Amino acid sequence: MSTVATSQIKLTPERHRASVRSRLQDALPKIVLAPSFAITIVFVYGFILWTIYLSFTNSKTFPSYVITGSRAYQRLWGWTFDTDPPSSWYTSITNMGIFGFLYIAICLALGLFLAILLDQKIRGEGVLRPIYLYPMALSFIVTGVAWKWFLDPGLGLEQTLHQWGWTSFHFDWIKNKDFVIYTVVIAGVWQASGFIMAMFLAGLRGIDGEIMKAAQIDGATTFQLYRRIVIPLLRPIFLSAFIVLAHLAIKSYDLVVALTSGGPGGSAWLPSNFMYEYTFKRNEMAVGSASAVIMLMTIVAIIVPYLYSELREKPR
Amino acid sequence: MLRKLLIGTALASGLAFAAHAEDVKEVQMLHWWTSGGEAAALNVLKGDLAKEGYAWKDVPVAGGGGDAAMTALKAMVAAGNYPTASQMLGYTVLDYAAAGVMGDLTETAKKEGWDKSVPAALQKFSVYEGKWVAAPVNVHSVNWLWINKAVMDKIGGTEPKTFDDFVALLDKAKAAGVIPLALGGQNWQEATMFDSVVLSTGGPEFYKKAFNDLDDASLKSDTMKKSFDNLAKLVTYVDPNFSGRDWNLATAMVIKGDALVQVMGDWAKGEFHAAKKTPGTDFLCYRFPGTDGSVIYNSDMFGMFNVPDDRKAAQVALATATLSKSFQSAFNVVKGSVPARTDVPDTDFDACGKKGIADLKAANDGGTLFGSLAQGYGAPPAVANAYKDVVSKFVHGQIKTSDEAVTELVKAIDDAK
Repeated sequence: MSTVATSQIKLTPERHRASVRSRLQDALPKIVLAPSFAITIVFVYGFILWTIYLSFTNSKTFPSYVITGSRAYQRLWGWTFDTDPPSSWYTSITNMGIFGFLYIAICLALGLFLAILLDQKIRGEGVLRPIYLYPMALSFIVTGVAWKWFLDPGLGLEQTLHQWGWTSFHFDWIKNKDFVIYTVVIAGVWQASGFIMAMFLAGLRGIDGEIMKAAQIDGATTFQLYRRIVIPLLRPIFLSAFIVLAHLAIKSYDLVVALTSGGPGGSAWLPSNFMYEYTFKRNEMAVGSASAVIMLMTIVAIIVPYLYSELREKPR
Repeated sequence: MLRKLLIGTALASGLAFAAHAEDVKEVQMLHWWTSGGEAAALNVLKGDLAKEGYAWKDVPVAGGGGDAAMTALKAMVAAGNYPTASQMLGYTVLDYAAAGVMGDLTETAKKEGWDKSVPAALQKFSVYEGKWVAAPVNVHSVNWLWINKAVMDKIGGTEPKTFDDFVALLDKAKAAGVIPLALGGQNWQEATMFDSVVLSTGGPEFYKKAFNDLDDASLKSDTMKKSFDNLAKLVTYVDPNFSGRDWNLATAMVIKGDALVQVMGDWAKGEFHAAKKTPGTDFLCYRFPGTDGSVIYNSDMFGMFNVPDDRKAAQVALATATLSKSFQSAFNVVKGSVPARTDVPDTDFDACGKKGIADLKAANDGGTLFGSLAQGYGAPPAVANAYKDVVSKFVHGQIKTSDEAVTELVKAIDDAK
């Protein structure tokens, strides 16, 4: 009892000190996060605003801060319909469509397929998994250069098969203006599908075995099991994988450069190549900025509704 | 702990101060000459400056290459942290001069007589509003043929004097089973070759009007159509695998005898030298058929920035050393180009170099020295790249006819102007 009394006397200063400490503790996460928050605000969102601003100026080699209207956007809009011969911008956006769709679709399909195969409790999974995953550890430059050599008709696959005697074999997509973008898809899929497989594998391991057993008892075939139960349960993984792949697809720049150096007549350009080329090589900073803004808007238009619909269903 | 930290900081800043005071005796240089021959050539300049007591400091550039260096330079200039000098090309010098960040070397230029010795066409880029802002290092010329002599002897070819001769020669090579024309299918290589084709097809006056003055009537003329036809003709002589190939690999095809000829600037000579080949016995250098007497040039320059007064002495020393006759000779012998001043003796140069020097002097005196559009010396980068787009799309088939190519060329250049 006496201890209670003494503590009551000392209570006021201690509580004061304690409250300072606890307030500090409350604030600690915010203090720790503040620098990175500030850096993100300035270097991501600040520069987004700056880029938008620049796209309405007549900036050439250096940024100019006088607003001169939307000429950069008008030029891009005009180029969007220059299909014959294709303007560089038209090539870039159609390539983005082809590359983005095929890259994401094939990676998801292949990743899921490999994950299901690896999930059959096979021997040596621990060896196989890293083999598929390893390409992700390479930079796009390495992937690009390796595939460039492999796909080059004079050095790689075609040459080798000719030497082995299959002289009618013909595979020159990387030199063909109409097919070069598909070689970018091949190299991109090779690199990313293993990683997507790992994501799906983690998802498959998280599925409750009881549900599977119940379904099997009810007489579901293996196909029905995956089609009706496993794949729907993997929906969050699909979302994560889609987000990872979508941003990899949109920021693909180095892969195109290393693999094709732009392709014959610039036929492998993606919008990011267009942006860099115009901003830094052609000294048309306003056009480059405008194309960057359009890229951002496209991403926002695709990702935001998707995220919104996915995240809204969670609390249900 | 805190005290240690303070002492450490004090020491570090003291050191920084000391380093700063020594800045005066240092040349900070931004460049992308890192490959074997180029680096060796630059060592000559480092040695010359060291003799005068100036240390050389490379400004590091991540990734190498001209584009990365120019991006780094933009950032440095935006931050107000100017290098003493930077390797620069053509219109970039003028862009930076217009932005008011270049220094003024007029005094040195007067003393050294650059006005008289540097070709007038080059001064268009090294002098801005009457002030010398850059020191040209060399003059490259683009309208060259590089021919493997063994192959040439085998097919019994002789120097082609006209475009038709050239086509006949390529036919001979084709009949002998050699790849006639080594070309790298990258837009700048295709456009560099097209520069020569236009000069050959239309003559000096036409080249100047179309590719330096960007005259609309010339750009859409029948002569330009004919030039595209001639380009299409040349492209039929390349191997099917040419697309995307680097220029030095194309040169290697000629060196090895897989191909007969490459149309390329005189930097290709550096590759022949590196492979220990001698002009006249192993390889031949001719002007592109029908362009003898004219020179399409590009030039490397050291742009001089407006550095603080305590660094100006080092800058003047660098500029003087760059344009000294001994360095101009020593450097360009290694680099494959010719000196940027016309009064340098050609004794140390090989046969091709001697011809290059004589041609440059003649072209300068005769008014037939023109900037290469493909290399960014004919028009600002926006126009030059629009031009490269059109040529490359024509070579690779996105643009199908020469009529269409001419229409696209006019449209693209007008749009970029």
